Amino acid sequence: MDSVLSEDPVALKILVAGGFGVGKTTLVGSISEIKPLRTEEVLSDRGIGVDDLDGVEAKNTTTVAMDFGRITIREGLVVYLFGTPGQERFWFMWDELSHGALGAVVIADTRRLTDCFPSLDYFEQRGTPFVVAVNCFDGAAQHSVDDVRIALDLDDNVPVMLCDVRRRTSAKEVMITLVEHSLRTLTSAN
Amino acid sequence: MSDSPQWFDEEAGPVVRPYALIRGRTRSSGDTFDLVATVRAIGDPPGELGPEQQLILRAARSPISVADLAVELDLPVGVVRVLLGDMRDHGLISVSSSSAGGTRANERILKEVINGLRAL
Ligand SMILES: Nc1nc2c(ncn2[C@@H]2O[C@H](COP(=O)(O)OP(=O)(O)O)[C@@H](O)[C@H]2O)c(=O)[nH]1
Ligand SMILES: [Mg+2]
Repeated sequence: MDSVLSEDPVALKILVAGGFGVGKTTLVGSISEIKPLRTEEVLSDRGIGVDDLDGVEAKNTTTVAMDFGRITIREGLVVYLFGTPGQERFWFMWDELSHGALGAVVIADTRRLTDCFPSLDYFEQRGTPFVVAVNCFDGAAQHSVDDVRIALDLDDNVPVMLCDVRRRTSAKEVMITLVEHSLRTLTSAN
Repeated sequence: MSDSPQWFDEEAGPVVRPYALIRGRTRSSGDTFDLVATVRAIGDPPGELGPEQQLILRAARSPISVADLAVELDLPVGVVRVLLGDMRDHGLISVSSSSAGGTRANERILKEVINGLRAL
């Protein structure tokens, strides 16, 4: 090889979760160069009894395209964003993604707040630091962050913010809020 | 290959979706590779490598993540992991995730990330 091995890059993972159509792909695309990442999961890995697969051939895999974005902070320090569907049936992907993840952004739409409940449950159970970003769609009634916090029954320390995922500055603000929250979580744990 | 599930070993379970590329396997030593683990080419390729393996070696001349490789090769992550597991077993690549996956970043790194994001 052409050079001496350098140190391994530091690679951080951030998850972007939320219900269908809430703005995950838009958010990842606003702040990073976004690419679709194909995952293919064999369902036999997922707690389905082996017997259940008897006589089943080609269809026991799930193909899911994740949003995949990369933000290079500097050479050797990269933040990877993974946008994943919020429904419980996709939790198999999250189990992997949340392992060692810096934290998660849960995007909420006030017109259908319940869509983000599974995501909140998941990260709460896992102890993954997360922030709730309320995507302000045009025409949607504006709710205060306090209303959203109460409606979602969130802990006081979970940051809730309004955002417009189409705007880069807004997307940046969301990411910074998450990393600051992760940092607080980290330092308060020590 | 017959239509019924094939077994490779007890651990692996039935193959439900054979890929020609990886000879029907859906499991390999690469299963545990984190999506952001770093892949590097380390060995000289023997002559008879398949096209995907050659692409991986080329892409991994400088460090690249498992996820980026999957995007670059336009293959599902599961297939890329099987290929990478084999290639590591043959000494062609190294895969490391010492700085990712398992551990949360430290304070210094997070502050650097915050500043970096602000500067975007
Ligand atoms: N008006 C408006 N449209 C948005 C906003 N965010 C996303 N969209 C649109 O809503 C649709 C769904 O967004 P997308 O990011 O694909 O959602 P995903 O399913 O969570 O990935 C897309 O057509 C977006 O252009 C927003 O803040 N305002
Ligand atoms: Mg999407």
